[in-house]
Amino acid sequence: MIKTSNLSKKYSGNQVLNIESLEIPKGQSFGLVGNNGAGKTTYFSLLLDLIQPTTGFIINNEVQVNASEAWKPFTSSFIDESFLIGYLTPEEYFYFIGELRGQNRADVNALLLQFKDFFHDEILGKRKYLRDLSKGNQKKVGIVAALIGHPEVIILDEPFANLDPTTQIRLKGIIKNLAETKGVTVLISSHDLLHVTDVCERIVVLEKGVIVKDLETNAATLKELEAHFSEIVLV
Amino acid sequence: MINTFLNLEWKSFFRSASFGKSLGLKIFMAFIALYFIVIFLGLGVSGYFVLTEEFPDKNPLLIANNYLFYWILGDLVVRFFFQKLPVMSVKPLLTLPIKRRKIVNFVLGKSVFSFFNFLPLFTIIPFGIILIVKGGFAAVSVISWMFALFLVTLIVNFLNFIIESITSENELSALPIIAISGGLFALDYFNIVSLSNGFGYGFTAIFENPVFIVVPILVLVGLYLVNFKMLRQKLFLDNGLKNKIEEVVVSNLDWTNNFGDIAPFLQLDLKLIWRNKRTKSSVWMLLLGLLYGLFFYTNDTYLDMPSFYIFIGVFSTGSFLMNFGQFIPAWDASYYKLLMSQNIKYEQYLKSKFTLMAASVVILFVLGIPYVYFGWKILLVHFVAAIYNIGVNTHVMIYGGSFNRKKIDLDKKAAFNYQGTGAMQWLIGIPLLVVPMVLFALISYFTSFEMACAVLAALGVIGIVFHKKIMEAITTKYLNAKYTMIHAFEQDN
Repeated sequence: MIKTSNLSKKYSGNQVLNIESLEIPKGQSFGLVGNNGAGKTTYFSLLLDLIQPTTGFIINNEVQVNASEAWKPFTSSFIDESFLIGYLTPEEYFYFIGELRGQNRADVNALLLQFKDFFHDEILGKRKYLRDLSKGNQKKVGIVAALIGHPEVIILDEPFANLDPTTQIRLKGIIKNLAETKGVTVLISSHDLLHVTDVCERIVVLEKGVIVKDLETNAATLKELEAHFSEIVLV
Repeated sequence: MINTFLNLEWKSFFRSASFGKSLGLKIFMAFIALYFIVIFLGLGVSGYFVLTEEFPDKNPLLIANNYLFYWILGDLVVRFFFQKLPVMSVKPLLTLPIKRRKIVNFVLGKSVFSFFNFLPLFTIIPFGIILIVKGGFAAVSVISWMFALFLVTLIVNFLNFIIESITSENELSALPIIAISGGLFALDYFNIVSLSNGFGYGFTAIFENPVFIVVPILVLVGLYLVNFKMLRQKLFLDNGLKNKIEEVVVSNLDWTNNFGDIAPFLQLDLKLIWRNKRTKSSVWMLLLGLLYGLFFYTNDTYLDMPSFYIFIGVFSTGSFLMNFGQFIPAWDASYYKLLMSQNIKYEQYLKSKFTLMAASVVILFVLGIPYVYFGWKILLVHFVAAIYNIGVNTHVMIYGGSFNRKKIDLDKKAAFNYQGTGAMQWLIGIPLLVVPMVLFALISYFTSFEMACAVLAALGVIGIVFHKKIMEAITTKYLNAKYTMIHAFEQDN
């Protein structure tokens, strides 16, 4: 589904990302882990064509993302709060995203109904603007909005950060369900090794922009990751 | 401590992403400042001679004193619209070992160094010196009089911040100051309470007996303390620094669905305008723009100058266009990444902005039809101006937006920030106004009034006819600037 070749990104001579080749098949739940500055968000931004690659390219479902915009209809994402429109209510925001993705209000409402638990009665019908919601609730809105319109690729940057424990557990269920039953390719990044091993079939470890590990998740993965990250010595 | 603060200010100014652009603007502002300095200097130097010539048998100082009331009132009104309390992001400082007192004193102290406080000195000092040298007035008296005037300038400075902070919570924040200053002026003008004489007596008293200078000093200290208290209270997270949570006002915008595929953007834009303070205040400016013509058309000298009609026409039908248009796409800066990764076409996004601006021109033209009272020619010119606005100026605005690199923070985060859309932005409208005006003046001078109307209308019609083509070109321009815009809009300054 997503092919990355010879991708690199440099900021004034400083290499922040260098991926020779990375292939993510359709329907895989893919986890990206790494310390701060490892290049996770850079990779996602390149995937969304928000920044320009220095060399190489990413092909998303046969569309080269920095050459054509045809990847947009089937790709959705939530990277950070700047994906929210502060002066809309959550409902209006969902409808707006829905309209951009060709969904009418009824479609959106049907989808939202499935996330009643997830919202924990703090989002819908509260007559509040998004800018006035707490960080955690904003995140919930952003994540659910990324699920509108049956996307085939979903990109979530640090989805577990800022969420309360109950919601984290629910979110794990949602992500697993998407990849397993609907064949959606889900890409997430996280600092939380436990969550990411719980959710993802495959985990890639980035370090200073380079892939250092590429693991199929199994019972030993968490131990291996923990060992890896406690060994890293800062040079 | 002060040094640290100044250092922070310096860095925030020079390290901001929009530095290059705001530098250009600052140079332009410097020229405007120079212009005002020259005018005030001229007033100060010539004041004495003009007054002794006009009123040879009267004391020029007493006459000047009688005008001080108007000076102060005017100063207050002008400041209200143009001077803002210096902004400083204080939240990061709160948990550091810095006394709140120091932060407040710094902000207030910084405001003293405003251009508005120095400008009057250019009149006061030369006028005073000439009074001593030419008029033979006692030096001590004149100097204490000059000092009193400077104190009054500072009083106005601090009074203005109090008024601004009280009224800023209000939507029609300008209404109280206009009403009060208008009321005071009326009281004086119709001799109900002669405030100008009262102020005159006061300053004469200071001149005759410098001890009275204590009065303005006390007032100044009092106002400073009030300001100090008000700002200090705002330095708590749960008070001034917290954003107020507003109840949502839901409005039915289904009628926009008639516009087809741009409807979602149109709804977004309308909500943007109505739900954010910065944009909302610009709606009220429309009224001002609409009534602007009354200043000119009630004056016979301007009625004989048709090139002024086009100026008023473009201005009054295009006030929304200029207000809103110049910040495209910066209005959407805080969620620009979303728009860029969503399933949207740039063309629709821009078309929605165009539609909004074009519609505003039509509406403002219709509202301005009563100007026909001043003559048919005016209505005709306004009509031409409206066409020109739709065909030319809207496109210029959208095109100009592709150079926009400065984010607009819709949720006013900076504390002490009473900033709505300031009057500064009108400056950018100047080329939009001057070009049609010059064109009109030239053509009507060399050929005829009708010809000038026809040419401007034709330009507008050409713009409308080639609308699709122009928008395509503009869209490419936006696409090319995509990455730099995303990057610039991520910066907070």
